[in-house]
Parts: sequence; C-alpha cells; structure tokens
Amino acid sequence: MNDPILDIRDLKMHFPVKGGVFSRQVAAVKAVDGVSLTIGRGETLGLVGESGCGKSTLGKSIVRLLNPTAGSVVFEGQPITHLSQSQLRPIRRNMQMVFQDPAESLNSRLSVGQIISEPLEVQGVGTKATRREMVEELLDRVGMPKSAAQRFSFEFSGGQRQRIGIARALALNPDLIVLDEPVSALDVSVQSQVLNLLLDLQEELNLAYLFIAHDLAVVKHISDRVAVMYLGKIVELADADTIYQNPKHAYTKALISAIPEPDPTAPKHRAHLEGEIPSPIHPPAGSAFGHRINHPLYESTIGMDLSLVEIEKDHWVAADPCCLSEADYAQAMSLQECELRS
Amino acid sequence: MSENVLEVKELITAFRMDDGEWLRAVDGVSFRVPKGKTVGIVGESGCGKSVTAMSIVRLLPKPMGHILGGEVIFKGQDLRAASLERMHEVRGGEIGVIFQEPMTALNPVHRIGKQISEPLILHRGLSKGDALKESIDLLDKVGIPSPERRIMDYPHQLSGGMRQRVVIAIALACKPDLLIADEPTTALDVTVQSQILELMEDLQNEMGMSTILITHDLGVIAGHCDEVVVMYAGRVVERAPVKELYASPQHAYTKGLLNAIPTLSTPRKSKLNTIEGQVAAIKDFVPGCRFCQRMERTGETLEKRAPWIEISKDHWVEACPVCVELKSESTD
Repeated sequence: MNDPILDIRDLKMHFPVKGGVFSRQVAAVKAVDGVSLTIGRGETLGLVGESGCGKSTLGKSIVRLLNPTAGSVVFEGQPITHLSQSQLRPIRRNMQMVFQDPAESLNSRLSVGQIISEPLEVQGVGTKATRREMVEELLDRVGMPKSAAQRFSFEFSGGQRQRIGIARALALNPDLIVLDEPVSALDVSVQSQVLNLLLDLQEELNLAYLFIAHDLAVVKHISDRVAVMYLGKIVELADADTIYQNPKHAYTKALISAIPEPDPTAPKHRAHLEGEIPSPIHPPAGSAFGHRINHPLYESTIGMDLSLVEIEKDHWVAADPCCLSEADYAQAMSLQECELRS
Repeated sequence: MSENVLEVKELITAFRMDDGEWLRAVDGVSFRVPKGKTVGIVGESGCGKSVTAMSIVRLLPKPMGHILGGEVIFKGQDLRAASLERMHEVRGGEIGVIFQEPMTALNPVHRIGKQISEPLILHRGLSKGDALKESIDLLDKVGIPSPERRIMDYPHQLSGGMRQRVVIAIALACKPDLLIADEPTTALDVTVQSQILELMEDLQNEMGMSTILITHDLGVIAGHCDEVVVMYAGRVVERAPVKELYASPQHAYTKGLLNAIPTLSTPRKSKLNTIEGQVAAIKDFVPGCRFCQRMERTGETLEKRAPWIEISKDHWVEACPVCVELKSESTD
C-alpha cells in the first residue's frame, strides 16, 4: 500500500495469568499473537472473528488503551508503541475510538455537550464559546438536534447514543477511527441508520476505519478489505468482495456459511462447524483451526510456519495444510519457498 | 386447519409505575401456535415480545407486572385462570422456556446435573439416581461431550455455547408440548448459533413439540420458522407463513425491517434503506397506528386502531390505511 495511515507489525498482546502463593506469572493469555495489518487513508478494514479471538484487544492495543507486549504500531509514519502517555496525547487527536455499548461508554453524569467537548478541552482546542459552536456542528453532523447538548445521554435511545459516541470521536477531526462493534447493540432499523452515517462521514472527511464486528453481512457492507481473525492470529485477509465470493481458508468458509440469510427459500447448507474456539491460554501447538476440526494433518502442523502468504494478488491466507484445499496449499508452499529464496 | 397448541387472544400486559400509571407493554396481541410448528416472533427491543412470552407462563416481575386482559389458551385451558398449582405443572413440565442469557438462567452454585434433574424429579417423579441418569442422556442429546463427567461441573466451567445447551436440556427435560425460546442465540457467535438452532430443530422434529422462537434476527426467522409474527410497539402488525411474509410483506414496518438489513448480496457501501425516527416511549403510545406515530404522521389513523384482516390465507395484517396498501395486486 502506497500510503498506509496505520502499519501494524507482528503485534502481540499477552495478558499474564497469575497464580500460586506469590502470584507469580504462571501462564499468559495470548489474546493477540503476532498480527500484521495495514490500513490506507480513507479505507475501511473489517475485522471479524468469534468472541474471544482477540479482535477487541487488537483494537485497544492499536489506540494504546492497552500496552502491547511486542511488535510495532506505526501511525502516520510515527512509531507509537513506546511513547509515553503525554507523548501520545497529540497523536490521539488523529486516532479515536467508538465502543460497542453506548450506554456504558458515555458518562451519565455529564451532559451530551460536555461529553462531546471533553476531547476538545483535553486537547486545548478553542475557547468555551467556540467549543459550544463546535459541539452544535458535530451534533448536526451526526443527525442530532442542537438542543441535545443540554440533555443527558440516558435520555436518548441506543441509536442516538451511538451517534453521540460518534460525534465525540469526530470532535478532534481524526484520520482513523477504531469502531469496536459499533452497531451490534442496536436494532436493525437503527443499525442501518448508523451504518449510513458512518459511510457518509467517511466520504466527507476521508476517514479510515478499523471496523471490528462479528456480523459478517454488516462487515462486508462497510469494508474495503476484510481480515478474519482466529485465536489471536489473522488467518485470511482480502478485498471484501473476494473474501466472500472466494474464501480460501476453511474457517472463513465456515463463518460465511453460518450467516443466517434472511431468505426462507435459500437452500440450507448443513456444513457446520463443530466445537468452539479453544482457550488462548493453552492454544494448540499446531494449526489452531485444524485442532478444532480434528484434521488428520493436524500433527504435521506442529512447529510449522503457518504465516500468511499472498496466494492471489492482495489475497493473503495462512499457509495451513489443514485449512486450505490441496491445490491452494501447494501454491502457498511454492510461494513460501520463493520468498525464502529471494 | 390443524390443531393449535397455544392461542393468545387480545393479550394486554401492563406494568404499574410508581406514580400509579399503567404502561401497556403488550397491548392487544393475538397469535396462535399450530401443533408441531415453529412460530417466530420478531421485533425491535421494547416491542413487547419478551413480555408476551413471560405472560404466557405468568412469570411477570411482581408486583409491577399484570395481565390486564385477553386469553392465553394452552391445550384448551385458559392459563390466566389456572391455579398456581396448575401453573407449576405447566412451567418446566408442559411448557419449557429458554432464556436469552445462559449465564443468568443457570444457578451458579449448583452442579449442572442437579439443575437438569430438578424438573425430572419435580414433574416426572423420578428418583434422584434415575434423574441423574436421564440428565446424562439429555446432555448427550444436546451434544455435550463426555456428559457423565460434565454433570459434576458448575455453570462457570462451561463456555457460552455449552451453557446454552444445558439450558436447552433443562427446558426439554420433561418433553414439553411447547418450547418458548427467547432470543436463545443472541449472546452466541454465529458458528455456535447455527449449531444451537439446528439442535433445537432436530429435537423438535424428534419430539413433535411446538416452538415459539423470539428473536430480532430476520435471518434466524427465515431459516427456522414456519410462521412469523411481526410485533411493533406492543402490537402485532403482521402475521404470515414465513415464505409469504418475506415474498410479499404488507405492512410498511415489515417492509422497512426487511429492507434495512444488509445481506451478502447488497452492493458494498451502498446506501441502506432505513426506517426513519424511533419507537415512541410506551407512555406516549397512541391508541391507533403506532408506526404512523413513528413516521410523525397526523390524522385519524393515530386515533383508532385499524382492523385486523386476513388478506390471503393465514396472512393477517393490521390494516392501517396509510401503512398498508390494500387491494393492490402489484406489491414491490
């Protein structure tokens, strides 16, 4: 990508598990375990996976709400992984976050106006009077009446609260917004309103989004590219149309076939995924998904390099014999060899 | 017409507020559940779908919740008039209930085995030992591996999907005639959701029971129901066989709902159709058409409730003259 706004390299976020008499670290939850991604200016990258796969943790470690264990995050050309909180402050202007549950992410003791102007105050933008004007503009932008500024967030419905959360994220005119399940708490009719708003804002302001969600139809709708995450790792990454029309990884295929389509005449496919996502404390040694589906080749993947290869142009998939068709795997192997030789 | 296991007629359920005002969360709801069929109830949060379910088994929060009117005819008997003893027999015995959140539906301080045995001992009079044996069979049936060890587990030792399987096992323990599943898969991942829904369908076919599936997900309804009841603001606005409803929705709200969801075939980044506005607060509900109220229309449709008419076989709609185009052959 020519001008990535965000470049993540081999990011790891491990949480210590303490135990024993002296609370020593006895294990680690490998929530994010070696993820590399880029996001271009004005681009939406969708991130999907089951609960517990580490997608929210990844979002939080990008905006440094968590301090990653290893790896690097380069935002607008500047490495930010090791910056202190005060060094981060000017950078945070350009990178904001919207959370899943607007009821919990908005302070119920502050008026809506105070909530939206708080980031402006923290960053020392404008005077009290100009900030009030900016709040009104922001409310207008997200389709809320100006009078909302004097009211409290709990007076509003879920969809309106999420609009307030979006207005707060927009306040500092960011270039990147991390959206962590922004519509999953909303009803369908309101969900489409918020999705339309996000698309409009992106077009107007050339925003880049990292859109984290578990609803694959929603992700497909809003994303340019989609990354599929399984147990702390990206297993497939491609253009949104490609990944849905021509998924290569068995896990992606399973996720797509599990989407309930709102069409009663659609044929029912019973290719179902058994089992559940394993614990990230003791992840399987080899192919994590191969382990879940009890693949006969699982044993052979222990110790193998299962990193992503570019199997087609801009279509990356984990070189995993358990999860790819034979032809795809053969191709992935030859690509991996080429890469090693060069 | 086939026999109905359940018939709900003009049900009105209200909650009394501190100031003595009654809020009608369910305001004249009618539908039926034919024997062996699955009826889906769909609607947005706050439309009264869960309160309807709770009213059927009379599990409304006390002392605020009351059924003010209507009938709940279950196997020929009006449950509203039934004695408490009879209700004890019905709940967990003849009607099984699955709640949305599998963590809160299970008791955290009792072992799984004990919780599944309870309805078996209570309703079927089994001994403790027999009940435990039966529990193992049930866990096996709902697809829990090594059930003989799992019965000794506490709920927190299981994952979300496994917990929901346990809740299903409890609901099905006494082979109920009717299963009420209130958002059974909302808290679960898509992959686990499809496992659970298939499981419910298989067990239903095996045991010949009827199901009420409450959900906000039109995709789930399409794949797993025979009939659909669309609720809006405490009322049923439309009711039809599933294929009919998706092929020719009549009420403006149903149409809006179906158009608003992005599917895999929706062009990427295209504008989604939305339903403008939002549901009014319960205390502000008008007596007439509440969807007109959302659309900020004025006039007499707000004043008087529209008649409930059958426009084709088994396809009923609340015929608000603004929201429903009657007698138009060409529907979009």
